[in-house]
Amino acid sequence: MIKFLIKGLMRDRSRSLFPVLTVFAGVFLAVFLYSYINGVVSDMLKMTAHYQTGHLRIMTQAYAKEINQNPNDLALIGVNELLQKLNKKYPQMIWTPRIKFGGLLDIPDENRETKIQSPVIGIAVNLISKSSPEYKLLNIKSAIISGHIPNNPGEILIADEFAKKLNVGPGDTATLISSTMYGSMTMVNLKIAGTVYFGITAMDRSAIFTDISDIQSALDMQDAAGEILGFFPDDIYHDEQATLIASSFNEEFKNPEDKFSPQMGTLPKESGLSDYLATINSMSIVIIAIFIVTMSIVLWNAGLMGSLRRYGEIGVRLAIGENKGHIYRTLILESMIIGIFGSILGTLAGTGIAYLIQVYGLDMSFLFKKSSLMIPNELRARVTSGSFVIGFIPGIFSTVLGTSIAGIGIYKRQTSQLFKELEV
Amino acid sequence: MNNSYLIKTEHIKKIYPMGLTTLIALDDINLTFKKGEFAGLVGPSGSGKTTLLNIIGALDSPSEGSAEVLGKKVETLSHRSAAHLRNWYIGFIFQTFNLLPVYTVFENVEFPLLLQNIPSPKRKKLVMEALEWVGLADRANSKPAHLSGGESQRVAIARAIVKKPELVLADEPTANLDAENSHHIMRTMVQLNEELKITFIFATHDEKVMRYLKRKISLNDGKVEKDEIFELEVKK
Repeated sequence: MIKFLIKGLMRDRSRSLFPVLTVFAGVFLAVFLYSYINGVVSDMLKMTAHYQTGHLRIMTQAYAKEINQNPNDLALIGVNELLQKLNKKYPQMIWTPRIKFGGLLDIPDENRETKIQSPVIGIAVNLISKSSPEYKLLNIKSAIISGHIPNNPGEILIADEFAKKLNVGPGDTATLISSTMYGSMTMVNLKIAGTVYFGITAMDRSAIFTDISDIQSALDMQDAAGEILGFFPDDIYHDEQATLIASSFNEEFKNPEDKFSPQMGTLPKESGLSDYLATINSMSIVIIAIFIVTMSIVLWNAGLMGSLRRYGEIGVRLAIGENKGHIYRTLILESMIIGIFGSILGTLAGTGIAYLIQVYGLDMSFLFKKSSLMIPNELRARVTSGSFVIGFIPGIFSTVLGTSIAGIGIYKRQTSQLFKELEV
Repeated sequence: MNNSYLIKTEHIKKIYPMGLTTLIALDDINLTFKKGEFAGLVGPSGSGKTTLLNIIGALDSPSEGSAEVLGKKVETLSHRSAAHLRNWYIGFIFQTFNLLPVYTVFENVEFPLLLQNIPSPKRKKLVMEALEWVGLADRANSKPAHLSGGESQRVAIARAIVKKPELVLADEPTANLDAENSHHIMRTMVQLNEELKITFIFATHDEKVMRYLKRKISLNDGKVEKDEIFELEVKK
């Protein structure tokens, strides 16, 4: 019977083409949007994790309260001991200390007089050690535009756009003017080793990377760091595991009465993205629900048109002795075939286009020129196993739903009228 | 089932509500049909031919009285049981052929067998036998759109007889055919009746059909006016 139905669908294009195209279009959009949202959210999370919060972040409670000001006077101290404890207790994680700081970057002329000055945001990480996880996390090697990775103390990387603005390049000297952990003014001469492109407008405008030991020395932060970040080795955030580690850490180290005691937070909490992610999840469900409802209405209408066109055929089938339930089931089966076929095509097209955007990305930097968010300039889709499944939900459900509603008319058909109806 | 008859109607009445009044389509019909009959219900439009054919074909049930078809009381049959009776024991032929246009001749004839879940090799054999009966074995792969009216009706006959039914009901089977095709169709049905012992009941007011009937039941205003039996040779 299935073979018989497939033959009918293949030959009668008006029975199959429009529904297949409808399903194709809906599934394509659902799969593409799902993959696109997935990619944008993943990239945003990844960027936020890499540059801001890690998958887990440890700070003092006081630092956490004032985090927007990078208050290094409230930084963690005894960092080396804490890192040893972390590595021992949570060896499954990669732990790395960072210091974020602000200040002025002074570019001198040949007479050592100020040529140009600009506010700067800096991230001090372990740059010198070749085994540093930061190379991978911050994608430093491939971000280099000119020059090289710092090999010696005092060398820094500067955002390429920022370097152009300051008219400096590799080999030039820059002076960082900032304040120490204890509030006094400090100046340190740094040598530009290379320029980098972060791909994040907020950082490309005014950021530098320095080695953490240089900044610890410059800001009087020996054995101190603003924060310690923890990353899962596969670079994917695992919420359940992260929450467990955070609660175990906080139980051991956090002292509500000591504002300098460390506390650990997870990526969604630290980034403030948990509500945002929940909203995106809800939106994904809403988008799929909209597709299901819209496609069901369209396919219901197509089903009604088809039923009218196939009125004679259904009448003959009733007269020949096919019972109404069987006819109804074959219509549902036909719709499932259409749904599966349209869903396969839509999924292939949706994942195909999404994959292209995953590989090549969409340059959206023009939108983020004034943005201070950790949003990558190139938005990329992300094709996951879910992308191959998600389209089948609206694809099959809507065709079956549409046909189920349209097919109810079969049960209202009076067999006693068949001779009259079939002889019109 | 009583061996003496295939169909027996007792005091059948069919009443249709028409607003505040009612229309009596059939009124006290008492008929029996034996196996192998070649009978026609004749009469003008509105005489009740098709209504009676509906009841005999388990497509409708009487308002009053009883219709026993192949041992089943039509008025007591559920929708599913009525469909089963039609599927296995009754073939239908319509005035407008009603072939499924997207399927080939072979597939149209095969369809009733698919509903019976008959295995493919047996289906193929039965379909080709039926097509040979109606002389269309060489058109098995044609689409209905490529057939003439006479050929289409012969396919419809093949579809009706492929399941080897006890009974074939035909409503105005020659109404859309020219004289030559009408005679061809009727001769085919006579042959099937005589050789396969299939009972045929027609609803018709076509003189060309009437010439082939062995029994002619004249209906008027829902009542049997005359019930005549003929020798086919004489009628021809």
